[in-house]
Amino acid sequence: MPEDLATTHEHATAHSALQHHFENMEQQRAAATLGMWVFLVTEIMFFGGMFLAYALYRYKYPVAFALASNHLDIKLGAINTAVLIVSSFTMAMAVFSTQIGKRRNSIIFLLMTMALGLTFLGIKAIEYYDKYRDSLIPGTLIPGRPFNPDVHELHLLPGMPIGNVELFYWIYFAMTGMHALHMIIGVGIMTVITILAVRGRFSPEYHAPVEISGLYWHFVDIVWIFLFPLLYLLGRHLEGHL
Amino acid sequence: MSEHIVYPRVYVVIFLALLAGTGVTAWVAFFNFPGPLNVVVALTIAVIKATLVILYFMHVRYSPRLIALIIAAALFWMAILFAFTISDYSTRAWLPIS
Repeated sequence: MPEDLATTHEHATAHSALQHHFENMEQQRAAATLGMWVFLVTEIMFFGGMFLAYALYRYKYPVAFALASNHLDIKLGAINTAVLIVSSFTMAMAVFSTQIGKRRNSIIFLLMTMALGLTFLGIKAIEYYDKYRDSLIPGTLIPGRPFNPDVHELHLLPGMPIGNVELFYWIYFAMTGMHALHMIIGVGIMTVITILAVRGRFSPEYHAPVEISGLYWHFVDIVWIFLFPLLYLLGRHLEGHL
Repeated sequence: MSEHIVYPRVYVVIFLALLAGTGVTAWVAFFNFPGPLNVVVALTIAVIKATLVILYFMHVRYSPRLIALIIAAALFWMAILFAFTISDYSTRAWLPIS
């Protein structure tokens, strides 16, 4: 295996994917992994800011947030959580299949991962449509259909400003919308990876792109693992008592 | 190649644990626990699930400790963000408004 060629003059027999500034494939793989993790840290900062906004306003308006949260569809949210967990499993299996050189399996697992990602987005679209239909899209984003909680029997408690409930939906759409955008980008990345896998680009010696794309996919799953309980489950224990 | 290959059996176990965690968190959400316990329970389960994904699906358990250090740095940053901002907001009522 040409990976141990540490000298710089032996690249005639080096792996075709080895870049000139790396000594061997293992170092290149380690650098790629490190780079992706540093990017994921910036993503943690990115979503962290929005989680902070959620935390602050939930702390400030706990009843309004619980009231608003209970009008999210918990079944669809839970199904979506399961869909993403399965997709993380199929993604891990895709990486494993590439590591042991099983190209056909890796392509099947990559396609399954993408299908599950699209399923997630489809369910999200259904949820967003329901919010549109029930006039729960905040502000005047939809011309002629301003935020109106009474349409779906989201009755404000006496003295509760409509803005407090509307704020939950601002945060809901901002966070799930940003998450969905990351999902779309993830499906795009997986499309490229799948095409490259079909072309036979990856092997046990060279599969870093599959691995680091998997890291991105798992990260998007982790964000949803936090979004689901914080957005969908926060007021369920008070359901019926608000 | 010094890369550690994780066997599918491990993935299956973690996957089932994640599904179980999702079921538990949804089920437990309907019980009215005293004080802030509902949030604590929900976040604890979420942190456990995220830890399993990070350690096993993302291979951090089998990666150089440098990767773990970078993740720790991100979490430390978030801790600063939340600690300082929440301590500011939660103590605003302490100051008299002139």
